[in-house]
Amino acid sequence: MTISNTAGWRPTMGDTTAFGEKSITSSGDYALMLEEPLSFEIGGEGKCGVDLDEPEMAPLAGLPLRDAAPELPGLTEPEAVRHYTRLSRQNYAIDLGPFPLGSCTMKHNPRLNEKVARLPGFADVHPLQPQQTVPGALEVIAQLADWLVTLTGMASVAMSPKAGAHGELCGLLCIRAAIEARGETRDTVLVPESAHGTNPATAAFAGFKVESIPATAAGRVDVAALKAKLGPNVAGVMITNPNTCGLFEPEMKAIADAVHAAGGYVYCDGANFNAVVGKVRPGDLGVDAMHINLHKTFSTPHGGGGPGAGPVVLSEALAPYAPLPFVSRGADGVLHLVEEETASADHPDSFGRMVAFHGQMGMFTRALTYILSHGADGLRQVAEDAVLNANYVLRSLEDVLDAPFAASGPCMHEALFSDKGFAAGFSTLDVAKGLIDEGFHPMTVYFPLVVHGAMLVEPTETESKAGLDRFITSLRSLAERAREGDTRLQSAPHFAPRRRLDETLAARKPVLVWKGAPGVPGTPSLSEIGGS
Amino acid sequence: MRYLPLTPADRSAMLDVIGAASVDDLFVDVPQEARLAGPVEGLPLHASELAVERHMSRLAAKNLSAGSAPFFIGAGAYRHHIPASVDHLIQRGEFLTAYTPYQPEIAQGTLQVLFEFQTQVARLFGTDIANASMYDGSTACWEAILMAARITRRNRAVLSGGLHPHYAEVVKTMAKFTGDKIVAGLPELQANCDDSHVIGCIDGETSCVVVQYPDILGRIPDLSAIAEAAHAKGALLVVMVTEPVALGLIEAPGHLGADIVVGEGQSLGVGLQFGGPYLGLFGCREKFVRQMPGRLCGQTVDADGRRGFVLTLSTREQHIRREKATSNICTNSGLCALAFSIHMTLLGGDGLARLARVNHARAQAMVGRVTRVPGVSCLNTTYFNEATLILPKDAREVVRALAEKGVLGGVSLGRLYPGVGGLANGLLVTATETVTDEDIETFATELEGVLA
Repeated sequence: MTISNTAGWRPTMGDTTAFGEKSITSSGDYALMLEEPLSFEIGGEGKCGVDLDEPEMAPLAGLPLRDAAPELPGLTEPEAVRHYTRLSRQNYAIDLGPFPLGSCTMKHNPRLNEKVARLPGFADVHPLQPQQTVPGALEVIAQLADWLVTLTGMASVAMSPKAGAHGELCGLLCIRAAIEARGETRDTVLVPESAHGTNPATAAFAGFKVESIPATAAGRVDVAALKAKLGPNVAGVMITNPNTCGLFEPEMKAIADAVHAAGGYVYCDGANFNAVVGKVRPGDLGVDAMHINLHKTFSTPHGGGGPGAGPVVLSEALAPYAPLPFVSRGADGVLHLVEEETASADHPDSFGRMVAFHGQMGMFTRALTYILSHGADGLRQVAEDAVLNANYVLRSLEDVLDAPFAASGPCMHEALFSDKGFAAGFSTLDVAKGLIDEGFHPMTVYFPLVVHGAMLVEPTETESKAGLDRFITSLRSLAERAREGDTRLQSAPHFAPRRRLDETLAARKPVLVWKGAPGVPGTPSLSEIGGS
Repeated sequence: MRYLPLTPADRSAMLDVIGAASVDDLFVDVPQEARLAGPVEGLPLHASELAVERHMSRLAAKNLSAGSAPFFIGAGAYRHHIPASVDHLIQRGEFLTAYTPYQPEIAQGTLQVLFEFQTQVARLFGTDIANASMYDGSTACWEAILMAARITRRNRAVLSGGLHPHYAEVVKTMAKFTGDKIVAGLPELQANCDDSHVIGCIDGETSCVVVQYPDILGRIPDLSAIAEAAHAKGALLVVMVTEPVALGLIEAPGHLGADIVVGEGQSLGVGLQFGGPYLGLFGCREKFVRQMPGRLCGQTVDADGRRGFVLTLSTREQHIRREKATSNICTNSGLCALAFSIHMTLLGGDGLARLARVNHARAQAMVGRVTRVPGVSCLNTTYFNEATLILPKDAREVVRALAEKGVLGGVSLGRLYPGVGGLANGLLVTATETVTDEDIETFATELEGVLA
């Protein structure tokens, strides 16, 4: 195998040239479709993109010196800029088109947020600077905290969790601390079948046993089954609302009341808060803890897989147990950090510390910028437009795609379809890969698990009607092709930088790092990684 | 509203298609009493880009930024020069606004970067493999302890006194809930790391010993000796690296017997950002791969036989394994990994080694100058770019007084270890390539004034 795109022929190029041969370029590139080797294959000895003078220094007595510098070739700046720019063009992104991943809330990332986060007063400030030198940073945390608490109708917020799942952990640890403070032991957390995988994983990570709650035929939590499981062993329930079927749980308050009556707490997975922000306050529904993915509802960039940020709003009952550090306004009106040094006086029941510093400050500045831009009215409009867009998708496609819960009423911010009605041998994956060829990112597939061949479409509020119409037209044509059994769909995508990738091979013989010597292109060979 | 493309006419036409009279009709499942009639009370309404930028800029201006003062703070977060191209490249929309690469055919950019990142981290750490990043160093440290427990089927972890106290706090907090036993101590205020004490704590029930390298006081522990002692008892050596630039100069932990190496990758490409987002680094021996937490990117081929990359071994992860997963982590720190990787690519191994030598030389100059201030001595005999000064008085007051003079003069051990009287006069100071001779002179002069 060579690194060049020798097999880079695309159907768009036609089967053959006028000379009866496949159209192959000598470079392996095709106009704006550019291949890019690994940096190690193009880097070379002695190349460096950073100018540094060799320092004068005293002898290095006592240090366990490295035998040789890490075996990593460098690139000069022009080479590096080209390498990463060429790689970037192999990615789909919100900036290129709709990214309708259900439960992921891939909305436009405003560029003002990026500009603000890069102000030296935010970007170039150390977490352990004396507090007197960072009042603006503490103010950002406090202002964002005020917004989150007010929007959710809760008592307080723990800001430090690093992502949604970390926020779930924070909430469950608050619940454990609260139960232990009552002198009780409760070892079970109830989690609906339709929950994100992080929910049961987090409960286990926090030391709980997990019991599953079934869903009803209408795609909601089976409230009777849930109530039947409540008892002295149940620490709490984890409920996603709106749920992963894209539906609001209308019995949320009744569930919360029953859980509280049985001595437990209610954790709400806030991944889908975008559907109700400014419309509903979770605190009014009896929620005790809910994480807010700033990278979903509040538009901080996903960055190809993080960083996220997962502040957790807490009820009066759980607020005393929130982790350190904490920003608090003193009697004198001045903001200060509550760390280990002052915790015993200011925050004695804290369950401890979850991260080294203060959480995802770079995400706080972006989220606060987003929130101030929208204001209370704009955030309400966000939820309304997000729900409107999802229902528009649902009703525009329900005649060609099975929508298992469409009969029970409107959806919230995401529309759920299934693979029912596809020709034999055609799957959700084929439709997803077909969307790639149509120039769209696929929706979330095979989740939630309670629906066979699930397709979960979350358009978000930042898609225009014209953009949605294009998406609907494409998805409609793919649904028809899957129903009719168009076999070309089974080998999609045809036009992407890569065809379907062999994931079984990747898992069976993992190649996780590049093993070749620097500057030697084209290794390892296919045979080394078990290919044929 | 500048971010919302639907017009009133669009909304009306869409409601017609849906068959609803109003948007409110779409919220029928929300009980009436829980529906707010209008915008949440007590909060301001939308604002222009100009107004928001003005508000945020005023908040930013209240902070003393590191670049506008003589700056000597480290303690787990380091200020290094970030080449301009790094920030430009991570703002390419195709990187910035992409999701986790679950559809690999249209995410090869992110995936190839992660593969390169994993290779860079593994070669830096001297480990066989590395993952695609964790939240930060402190959470990576706890994940390493859990991983060691899974491998050894033991649950007693020994933390060296030289481990960053915030990291130790994270570990102790988490262990309270999981029931893992944690043996931890405070650093001794002495020139050398107390490796023999750590070794003495390892017993036949120990899953791992966690050692920071260089440690919180800037000293360099003898990893080989600790590895040998740990392995003799069937325990693993977990090494924590909070300053990866150091590994341009000192030997890689993986070459000294470490089984798992974790790190805070903030030093390269990411910046200070008041503590986050940062970047957890995680490397280990290849034989432990299936016990590893976090995402992994692997090489494979596509249907045409071309090399490509995918997320792999996801049967360890929460979206497949649910409550049996190796970790609950979903999001990692992708954009920070990209920044780290670009910075590392610009440096290359030789450039990193030179950067490390520059850092060490700056630290030598700083230590040499400030220890000429009457009453100030340096605890360390070995250090990389960070060392502990012993002052004649409580360092917390000194740090605050220096800040009044516009000097960000290190981190007092009193802040890191509140209530530990024996450490109160310790001041942890750092010098990277960003520190000038003039900064050092100002620091020494003001320190002398404050102590006088």
